[in-house]
Amino acid sequence: MYLLFVLLFPLLLGSFLLIAKPAKAFSLALGGSIVELIVAVLLLCQAKEATGVTEFIQPWIPEAGLKFALFIDGINGVLILLSTLLVPFIIGTTSNSEKSADARYLGLILTMQAAMLGAFMAKDAFLFYFFFEASLLPIYFIINLYGGENRNPISFKFFVYTLFGSLFLLIGLIYVYLRTPGEIPSADFETLYQTASILSIKEQSLLFLAFFVAFAIKMPMFPFHTWQPDTYTVAPAQGTMMLSGIMLKMGTYGVIRMIVPMFPVGIANWGGIVIILSVVGVLYGSIIAIQQKDMKRLLAYSSFAHVGLMSAGMLTLSPEGIQGALYQMLSHGINIVGLFFIVEVIERRTKTRELAQLGGITQSSYFLTVGLIVLSLGSVALPLTNGFVGEFLLLKSVFDYDITIGIIAGITIILGAVYTLRMIQKSIFGNASKVTSNFEDLTICEKLVIIPLSILVIVGGIVPSVILNYSQPAVDLLSKWIK
Amino acid sequence: MTPVIALSLFGIVNLFLGFSFKRQSLQVVTLLFIMVSMALTAMDWNHEYVWFGNMFKTNNLSINFSLIIQLAGLLVVAFSNGFGKDEVYTQPAEYYAILLFSLVGAILMVSFENLIMLFVGLEILSVAMYVLTGSDKRNLRSNEAALKYFLMGSFATGFLLFGIALIYGSTRSLYVAGIMYSLSHTAPESLPSFLYAGVILMAIGLLFKISAAPFHFWTPDVYEGAPTIFTMFMSTVVKTAGFAAIYHILDMMFGGLQKNWIIVVYFITVITLIIGNISAVYQQSAKRMLAFSSISHAGYMLLTVCANQPSTSSNILYYSLAYTLATAVSFAVIMVVADYQRGRNEQPESFNALNGLAKNNPDLAFAFTIAILSLAGIPLTAGFWGKFFVFNDMFNKNLTYPIIIAVLMSAVGIYYYFKGITSVYFNSGSIEKIHTPVLFKIALWFACISTLVLGIYPNLVKSIF
Repeated sequence: MYLLFVLLFPLLLGSFLLIAKPAKAFSLALGGSIVELIVAVLLLCQAKEATGVTEFIQPWIPEAGLKFALFIDGINGVLILLSTLLVPFIIGTTSNSEKSADARYLGLILTMQAAMLGAFMAKDAFLFYFFFEASLLPIYFIINLYGGENRNPISFKFFVYTLFGSLFLLIGLIYVYLRTPGEIPSADFETLYQTASILSIKEQSLLFLAFFVAFAIKMPMFPFHTWQPDTYTVAPAQGTMMLSGIMLKMGTYGVIRMIVPMFPVGIANWGGIVIILSVVGVLYGSIIAIQQKDMKRLLAYSSFAHVGLMSAGMLTLSPEGIQGALYQMLSHGINIVGLFFIVEVIERRTKTRELAQLGGITQSSYFLTVGLIVLSLGSVALPLTNGFVGEFLLLKSVFDYDITIGIIAGITIILGAVYTLRMIQKSIFGNASKVTSNFEDLTICEKLVIIPLSILVIVGGIVPSVILNYSQPAVDLLSKWIK
Repeated sequence: MTPVIALSLFGIVNLFLGFSFKRQSLQVVTLLFIMVSMALTAMDWNHEYVWFGNMFKTNNLSINFSLIIQLAGLLVVAFSNGFGKDEVYTQPAEYYAILLFSLVGAILMVSFENLIMLFVGLEILSVAMYVLTGSDKRNLRSNEAALKYFLMGSFATGFLLFGIALIYGSTRSLYVAGIMYSLSHTAPESLPSFLYAGVILMAIGLLFKISAAPFHFWTPDVYEGAPTIFTMFMSTVVKTAGFAAIYHILDMMFGGLQKNWIIVVYFITVITLIIGNISAVYQQSAKRMLAFSSISHAGYMLLTVCANQPSTSSNILYYSLAYTLATAVSFAVIMVVADYQRGRNEQPESFNALNGLAKNNPDLAFAFTIAILSLAGIPLTAGFWGKFFVFNDMFNKNLTYPIIIAVLMSAVGIYYYFKGITSVYFNSGSIEKIHTPVLFKIALWFACISTLVLGIYPNLVKSIF
């Protein structure tokens, strides 16, 4: 029942905020999201102790064999933790802005959280698809109602692009689902794994492409990324955080949950090309990030580069790669939300995100400096930060797969350091410019967001074993299908 | 059969009530009439009856179709608001009576057992539609539309009749059962070749009614020229009845000859999908966009007819229901906004006229958005499951290329449907609060909430179809 609560609570709270527009929207949303986090953590602990998987299954469309089935295992547990952990911070970042009183905005964020949680918890592939698509609607409205200049065509491109991709997922899913054994087909993940493993090599390869296009667009992966920098830049700060912190992970999660166990043969056929594309994406994203002048855009490209490494690691099909990708999803979510928030804080005070106009903030705000440096180092994957663990595992898996690709991918750590340090240097060090001369120190609410996130970066780097042990059994179970 | 008689009587009664009743009370009375007739229809559930000298047969399938048709009629009457405030030039009693008569025609079309009955039903429906299309007598576009519809429609009826004649000639029967008997007891080699021509000609006559390409040229003009309320009726009732008839003829009667007609219908389906979706992209008028969207939806429904699976009938029913609810709501919102914009905006039915609707009319904007999402086939709405079931059928039949085209066209569909959402929510415009009557609101919310409920729990109706 906890499962159902975790799914429905943000949905109901969000719809309440959307419809009733209560006055104390901010405290309601923040309180609600913290309650959600506590319940989710309790649920995760419970699921771990129960050794098996925790499930909630109800018939949904019996004639078609579709079930309303939710479950938790080690893999989606990490993502549930991520989405419930980040949303309180994301809601917290609206404080001190006019958006904190906007019930509609907070309601959209919460409904989006519910949709994404639904996608992570789904045990039925079509339920996953249902939430996967449904999560697009709130973010479409968030961007379009609150976004920056030129939001209309950009959000439109984003919507059509991602929806177009997921239509391939839909037909691919239907194809496998209709081949499941039994009188009535079933879309349960386990059944789909079994069915997919007996398909012919040609079918597996084609299906792999159909599935992969959908997730590659969502992540986004080179060369399907063209929607991403614009969308991240134009979306309001919280929208960007939702997109990069959580929504992007739906793509990577989809790869782990569906492509890896279902089409190992397809990956064997196409995986080489896709891994090379991922690594190209990593390099491409990093090189473009180095040249960016706008901080938000820079972070958008850095996020693109990180995802490339994740997808390369996952598709090597090694348990380290999958573990690394899972851990990296968690740490990337935390880091990128923190970094986007710092950009937002700077933009609120200086009205600009241009690196050339910034500088000299170190003197005026101690916490912002430390926060930015810690979060950036996490993003660069310095040892003792959370980024290191994931990136290390990912690179190891790529090295094991092919040493040349591994070396090229390894360059990204250097490139990542270049663009991140350049950003730090230009934005906060140096002499104060015209716009930053009167930079106010962080308010208490802003500190309450940045400090815990920075602490999480360090904690994640020191004790990664908590999460890695949590996901280990499920990853082992998944590896069973890869043979 | 009782609903056929009841609706005919109610129609006549309605004409007399017109002398003494006010518009709004006529509307309420008509609503009650349709509800009574729906109840009468539902009473035959789980029974098979044959009437009128075996020419008319009711079973669960035909009852479901009749109920959807009458539901569409109910929504149209509820949205009609007594046909406006124009006291002199509108005759609500006549309109309501004609609507009831045309429902009779539609019910005959979904439960025919004899081809003559199909023809009679189609003509009752069509003649009523010709009249209603031209009912805005002072509007040149409306007159043009009526004439166009009439000329093209009678031409198509000619095709249908010719097809019936050829089929009669080759099977010596007009009864569905007789034709099927004759087909199953004749060796395929000894069937005359003009039988196949007959099947195709009949299909063409009906495909015209559901506006499949290349027989769609009348659709945009007629949809745009006709008063919006009748466009709503046309796009819901006529389409559902037409599909019931096509399913009955192609999949049930001539399902055995599928290899003979499938190429033609295949071709028509693909052309319909492409023309409907691509042309819709270029439309500036929301009403005209919906006309092309109705063409494209005919394409999706034809796909499941091509697949001809055991689940096809239930999928057509589900798709028709989802499409009916969504189309009715979107036309209703366009209608009230156009009423408001008439005089303020040069093109009251264009997308621009909808700009900024959400600001002062959040209810209308929300309902419109849900309807559009359903038409576009986004999850959470009934339209998604409609498409889902259709794709399922196609995969069962291994129709790979049409699937790819259908998927591409769905993506194109997002483009033009979202123009509506963009104008409603994100473009700035000045639309004051639009006051709508209570019945309008009830119908709007009923259709809107049904769309959502069916989108979340499709089994609610899928289990009875």
